Amino acid sequence: MYKYTQFDTDFVRQRNAQFRTQIERRLNGSLTEDEFKPLRLMNGLYLQLHAYMLRVAIPYGSLNGGQMRQLAMIAERWDKGYGHFTTRQNIQFNWPKLPDVADILDALGDVEMHAIQTSGNTIRNVTADHFAGAAADELEDPRAYAELIRQWSTDHPEFQFLPRKFKIALCGSPRDRAVTRAHDIGLRMVKRQGLVGFEVIVGGGLGRTPMIGKVIREFIPPAELLPYLEAIVSVWNLLGRRDNKYKARIKITVHEHGIDKIRALVEARFALLRDSFQGNDQRLLEQIKTGFAPPAFKTRPLKAFDQHYGSNRVFRDWVDTNTHPHRNDAYAIVSISLKTPGKTPGDASAEQMRVMADIGERYGHDELRVSHEQNLILPHVHKSDLGAVHKALQGAGLATANIGLISDIIACPGMDYCALATARSIPIAQDIAKHFDVLKAEHDIGELKVKISGCINACGHHHIGHIGILGLDRAGVENYQITLGGDATETAAIGDRAGPGFSAYEIVPAIDRLVTAYLQLRTDRSEAFLQTYRRVGLAPFKTALYPETTRTGQANAA
Amino acid sequence: MARPFIDKVVTANDLREGDVVYLTETNNWTRHLSEAEVLQDEATAKARLAAGSGDVLKIIGVYLADVTAAETGPEPRHFREEFRRTGPSNYFHGKQQRAENV
Repeated sequence: MYKYTQFDTDFVRQRNAQFRTQIERRLNGSLTEDEFKPLRLMNGLYLQLHAYMLRVAIPYGSLNGGQMRQLAMIAERWDKGYGHFTTRQNIQFNWPKLPDVADILDALGDVEMHAIQTSGNTIRNVTADHFAGAAADELEDPRAYAELIRQWSTDHPEFQFLPRKFKIALCGSPRDRAVTRAHDIGLRMVKRQGLVGFEVIVGGGLGRTPMIGKVIREFIPPAELLPYLEAIVSVWNLLGRRDNKYKARIKITVHEHGIDKIRALVEARFALLRDSFQGNDQRLLEQIKTGFAPPAFKTRPLKAFDQHYGSNRVFRDWVDTNTHPHRNDAYAIVSISLKTPGKTPGDASAEQMRVMADIGERYGHDELRVSHEQNLILPHVHKSDLGAVHKALQGAGLATANIGLISDIIACPGMDYCALATARSIPIAQDIAKHFDVLKAEHDIGELKVKISGCINACGHHHIGHIGILGLDRAGVENYQITLGGDATETAAIGDRAGPGFSAYEIVPAIDRLVTAYLQLRTDRSEAFLQTYRRVGLAPFKTALYPETTRTGQANAA
Repeated sequence: MARPFIDKVVTANDLREGDVVYLTETNNWTRHLSEAEVLQDEATAKARLAAGSGDVLKIIGVYLADVTAAETGPEPRHFREEFRRTGPSNYFHGKQQRAENV
């Protein structure tokens, strides 16, 4: 884990002190709301439907037990005893009071955390593969580069008033677990002639105009990473449209000008900038890398694990579903599901946070991760400890074995909290998860990613769900549109819109019809939903979704 | 033909707590929609919105919300306003929680 330097500590303290006085001046009337709003947004404070919401950055999703315990303390002392983990590896508190926010930020500063640039038209929290530093298929831990980018982008004087927000994601494995193709900049680690570097993808994004990013540079060596990123952001900063917020994101700039023109402008700017980075960034990177040294892996016998795995079916199901291969064969990466059917996707109570902190400290080399899929990860667990971890998680209601299955749903807060939402997301996720849990069918259904957004801004990533659900307001009634065939990985794709939407009461039966159709269409259990969809296309799923319309259409055609 | 005016209330969020509030006839901010002043014509609505907007030390995000008059007081016309006066549907938090505590 990266440890704050004195500079980092002083910077966060100073920033918090500034914001404390800004809050005081808002409360005493010295600042108007128009003056205060950009200041609070720069510090992660939104106004939502029922209350303020504080979005706290968890850089590249990494945190330790002490930090998790502090989040639990904040949830209990200043909020309502829980927090919501988001698709951008942040945590959101839904009920803070304005006069308390400065104290909350100081409490975060005590454990090397902050809420800076989690909102506003700035470079946002840098996200990364939640298996970083642990995955068996990884070239190199991308988090040192992510931390370098965090430091470069934090309070960057040129990039505090960008045309719109700007999001960067990194992945160190061929398997893309960081959705790099749907970010403003995605950095996918690749190796060329023995040297690790990055493929640079630009102009991806979801929202009202979903786009898959385009490769602007096939390979950038680490030494040139920051000047190249600075070149991209500065070209967009000048070229990006400020006349229309819906056309301001870099995906539109790339779309309107074409990737070749953008590439030429970036390369020209890069040629100017390259020499201004005189190696300080590389010296800093080397310092940062020491913070991401792998933990001292234990050597222990695995016999007890093998016996427990062989004899306990519940444990075996959990291991098979919720663990992934680790770079060290004696270890596993554990995903803790925050998707117990019927609960709110991504929410954890303060008590659950403490349990996860304890488990991370005791069995996980004091490391935890937040995934963009709104689950928690223990990246380094020795297999001999998996039994104890599973038992501890069971005691806290955290042992649901559903990672990657139909009840492991991404859902944004939707209209239950969000001021921008047009419909609710959470109850739809709860109903779908409960429906398939009752049927006990999800292990048979296999890998199926359902993603739900409560408005076109697509915080719930619906465009890249195998099944995507978008909640809209249709003449004063919640209505849910379905997209099919989206993909968040290295084979990223935007889903196809299936047809007219469904009411809240119709959506679970509609999803059930889709799943039934898939089970009938698949060649066998090894063919996942997305593979079947790619093989057979939209038509048979559309027939399943709209049986009446299809029959009527056929009758008319006849 | 001009569309008929839909009754409105002035609503906002409390500056300190963020809780949803409504403007009353006596220029106070109430936490209960049932106590809100119902505005029945365009000119009055505009004037009351302007009056409420000036209360910058108490509230934030002021706007007019459509309501339907009922015996128990104004009722929201849109589900968004129903959630605002109640609270989220996944936890018994927000106004619904406080209403029970009273």
